[in-house]
Amino acid sequence: MFEAIAFYLFSILTAVMFYITVTTKQALFALTALAAGMIFISAFFFILGADFLGVVQIIVYTGAVMALYAFGMMFFDTTRELKERSGSPLITAGLSILSAVFVVLIFVAPIVSTKIQVTAPLIAGTTNSQSIGMVLFTKYLVPFELAAVMLLVAMIAGIVLAGKKMDRSLTLMAEEEIMIAEEANRKVLL
Amino acid sequence: MMEIGLTHYLVLSTVLFSIGLLGVMRRKNLLMLFFATEILLNAVNVGFAAISHYYNDLTGQMFAFFIIAIAASEVAVGLGLLIAWYKRHGNINLDAMSSMRG
Repeated sequence: MFEAIAFYLFSILTAVMFYITVTTKQALFALTALAAGMIFISAFFFILGADFLGVVQIIVYTGAVMALYAFGMMFFDTTRELKERSGSPLITAGLSILSAVFVVLIFVAPIVSTKIQVTAPLIAGTTNSQSIGMVLFTKYLVPFELAAVMLLVAMIAGIVLAGKKMDRSLTLMAEEEIMIAEEANRKVLL
Repeated sequence: MMEIGLTHYLVLSTVLFSIGLLGVMRRKNLLMLFFATEILLNAVNVGFAAISHYYNDLTGQMFAFFIIAIAASEVAVGLGLLIAWYKRHGNINLDAMSSMRG
């Protein structure tokens, strides 16, 4: 009973938040609605008994990813209204729903035809985080280490890409220096 | 209606996925396109967690973890590229990125 109420409440909230994210013209509204939607998604994980996944969702998505987006948006001009691709919204909506259903069919069809085999069963007498630790550090150890290396590579790439020319500050430079720097930048582009 | 089964969660996952696809199709601003990608990844995560719960199998949750790791690194690299592009061109409009058009 309560599970059903929670499911319907959170699914409506999540769908509304994500709909605001994809339709609003204000970048800040989109960011805030996306953060709220991520929090509501974690509620589903708690309902499904995946406690650890829910906590990771809150910490990583709303804590790290959204904070990174918020920092990134300081670089961009977010006060301007966003322009969107012209075209019939009905056709776009129809195409996206159709392709989503097709994607689900493509992935579900083999499952339905050959019955899912349980490969990593829940271990009796352990909590969710304990059993996740047991499976993660035995069966999925190599992918786990690879993910760690991938995160390290991504961190270095992010620093290198975003940190270029961070040593000069436009607010501390004189007007002429900025003009010279912009002129040099334009010559590089041409 | 009151008993929540796997189908409910899969339908919810499909609905969220189509909202994300709607965003990918109609957005022109690259940052908003990134937001739509996050929605797609989250929709898939819900489906994985639901299958993991109803089949008593932890593999779904494991895949959800790796998807979250991939999403985090995608944001780091993508945002770095966006900032580098914005510093050069002053906009992040998708239609303006046609420098390799033949």
